[in-house]
Amino acid sequence: MNKKQKKVLWRILAAAALMIVFALLPLDHLPLLRFVLFLIPYFTIGYDILIKAYKGVRNKQPFDENFLMAVATVGAIALGEYTEGVAVMLFYQIGELFQSYAVGKSRRNISDLMDIRPDYANVEGEDGELEQVDPDEVEIGTMIVVKPGEKIPIDGIVREGQTTLNTSALTGESVPREAGVGDEVISGCINLTGLLKIETTREFGESTVSKILELVENASSRKSRSEAFISKFARIYTPAVCYSALALAVVPPVISLLLSQGAHVGTWVYRALTFLVVSCPCAVVISIPLSFFAGIGGASNAGVLVKGSNYLETLSRVKYVVFDKTGTLTQGVFRVTNIFCVKLRHEELLEYAALAESFSTHPISKSLVEAYGKPVDQSRVTDVQEISGHGVIAKVDGTSVACGNEKLMSQMNLTALPCQQAGTVVHVAVDGVYSGYILISDEEKPDSKAAIAALKQAGIRQTIMLTGDRKAAAEQVAADLGIDQVYSDLLPAGKVEQVEKLLGSKGKNEQLAFVGDGINDAPVLSRADIGIAMGALGSDAAIEAADIVLMDDNPLKIAKAINISRKCIRIVYENIIFAIGVKLACLVLTAFGLSNMWFAIFADVGVMVIAVLNAIRALNVKNL
Amino acid sequence: MKKTYKIDVDCANCANKMEVAANETAGVKQATVNFMTLKMIVEFEDGADPKTVMPEVLANCKKVEDDCEIFL
Repeated sequence: MNKKQKKVLWRILAAAALMIVFALLPLDHLPLLRFVLFLIPYFTIGYDILIKAYKGVRNKQPFDENFLMAVATVGAIALGEYTEGVAVMLFYQIGELFQSYAVGKSRRNISDLMDIRPDYANVEGEDGELEQVDPDEVEIGTMIVVKPGEKIPIDGIVREGQTTLNTSALTGESVPREAGVGDEVISGCINLTGLLKIETTREFGESTVSKILELVENASSRKSRSEAFISKFARIYTPAVCYSALALAVVPPVISLLLSQGAHVGTWVYRALTFLVVSCPCAVVISIPLSFFAGIGGASNAGVLVKGSNYLETLSRVKYVVFDKTGTLTQGVFRVTNIFCVKLRHEELLEYAALAESFSTHPISKSLVEAYGKPVDQSRVTDVQEISGHGVIAKVDGTSVACGNEKLMSQMNLTALPCQQAGTVVHVAVDGVYSGYILISDEEKPDSKAAIAALKQAGIRQTIMLTGDRKAAAEQVAADLGIDQVYSDLLPAGKVEQVEKLLGSKGKNEQLAFVGDGINDAPVLSRADIGIAMGALGSDAAIEAADIVLMDDNPLKIAKAINISRKCIRIVYENIIFAIGVKLACLVLTAFGLSNMWFAIFADVGVMVIAVLNAIRALNVKNL
Repeated sequence: MKKTYKIDVDCANCANKMEVAANETAGVKQATVNFMTLKMIVEFEDGADPKTVMPEVLANCKKVEDDCEIFL
C-alpha cells in the first residue's frame, strides 16, 4: 500500500470505530447530541468526497460520483438515518481503496511476469575492467560481457564463450537453449552456465526485449468492443439512474397527495437516495479493462504476445484456422533426400542447381547449397533471374541453368518427369534440356498432430492448410496431421486470394485466423481476421504484420492462445452480466420498497470487489 | 503525430471521462486513455502543436475529474 492508501485505511478504521460506538450509545433522548456525534465519523471519512463534490458542481459536472455520494449521504442524514449515511460513505471509501489496491497489485503482478527488462550491460573498459552501463548507451558493435546468471541486455552475436540460455521469460519454453560462438542471441534470455562475450547488433531500443515490452504495455490501449460498450453504458447509466431517482422522489408523493392519501415524502426520498448509491458504474468499468490486462499479461507469460484487447476478443470467436505449411506445421528445415538424373551425374546436377540458387535466401535454396557441401564460388554465376512462384534462371559458367517447379519447365516447353514421393521437387534444365530433379523434404513438427487435435477439441470448425507445394505432398501431410482442407500449388499471391475466398464464405460471427511463420506471408497475416505469427523471436517483419505473436514455434500454443482468450472473454461477460444484473435488481427492488441502503451498498461496493477478484482470475493461464 | 503521456487518476470511470474530454479538445485527432498502464496516447491534428494543445487537454480533463494529472 502506498501512502495515500494507508491514510485512507486509517480514516476508514477510525470512522468505523466511531460509528459503531455511537450507534451503540443510548442517545435516543438526546437527538441533537446524536446528530453532532455522528457528524464526526461522517466528516472523518467523507471530507475529501465533499470537497470533490463541491469542485464537481463548480465545474458543472452533475453526474460526478463524488457529488452523487454527497447527495445520498447528506440526504440520509437529513432523514435521520445517521448510521446509514456514514456507512454509505464508509463503504464507498472501502470500495475505492480496494479497487486502487487491487489495480496497483495487478499492475505490479503483470510487470513482474514481464520482468525481462535488463538494468545494465557490462562493457569491458580499456584496462580489462568490467563497467556496468545503461543499456541505452551501448552502441551497435560494442563488445559486451554477460556473466552466468545475468540477462542478455541487447541482441547480438556471440564472439566468445559457450553456454546454455534460459529463454522461458520470452517464450514460455522451459528447456534451455544452447548457444556458442557465431550464434545470434536475443536480449531477455538468461545466461545460465558460461561467460559470454557478445558483439551487439542493435541498439537497446531496437532490441527484442524493448520491442516486446512496448508491445505488451501498449496492448491494452487497443480497446475491445466490450470496453467500448461499457464506457458507452457508463455514460448513459449514471444520468439515467439520477433522473429516475429524481422522479422517484417527486412523482409518487405528488400522485398520492393528489389522491389525498398522504405524501410519505420521507419514504420516497429514502428510496431515491438509495438509487444514488448504486448510480456509480465503477464496478463494471474497472473490471473489464482489468480482465483484458490480466489476460494479456497471462498470455505473454505463456509466450503468447497479444497486440491488443480487441484481438483477444476476436481470437475467442475463431472458428477457422488456416495454416501455412512450411515452418508452421513442418520444421521448415529442408534436406535433399533424392536426386534423379537424366543425363548428368548426380554431383554435376547438384552443382548446377546449388550455384544457380546460391543468391536466393529461400530455405529450399539453402538446402541445395548445403547438400552441395563445397564452398560456392558465386563469381561463376551471372544473369540471375528469380521468378516468383516458379524458380530461378541463371547462367553458370556461361551455361543457362533453370531450377524450379513443373510450371517453370512447362513455361520452357520442357516435360518434367513426375515424382511420386512427398516433398518439394526442384526440376533442373541445363542449356534448355531437361536434366533431372532433386527431391527436398521437410519434416513435420513433433507437436503438429497434437496441435490440430487440440484445436478440434477447442471447437474449431475447420482447419485448412495452404501451401505452395505439390498436391501429392500437401495431401499426404494433411492426412497425416488430420487437417480438413488443403489448397496446394499456391503462389504467395494465391494464398491471399484463397484466404479472401474463405473470409467471404464464413458466417458473420465466425472469425478466421491465419497462422504463418512470418516469412513471405505478411500480406496474408494482415488480411485475415487475426494473423498469428509463430517462432517470431527476432523477426521484426512478423511482429509488425501479426496481431498475435507466438514467441516459440510450437503449434500447440495456438490452441492455448485460443483457450486463454476464451477464458478472458468469459470473465468479461460474467462481470458485465453480474454487475449490471445486481445493480438493476437493486434498482427495481428499491423502487418497490423491497430493499434498503444496505443492499445498495452491497450492490455498489460488494459487486465491485467480486468483479475485480474475478477479473484477476484471467491472469492464471497455466492449465489451459 | 502521436505522443504518449504518463497520467495519474484513481478510478476507471474517471479515466474514461478524461478520454472523452481529451477527444473533445481542439487539435486532438484521437486520444486513448489506458487506465491499466496509466498512459494517455494522443494523436494530434496536422499542424497542431502539442505544446499548446496539451495544456488545454489537461484543463479539460481537470474540469471533468479534478483529481487527475497528466505529466507533460
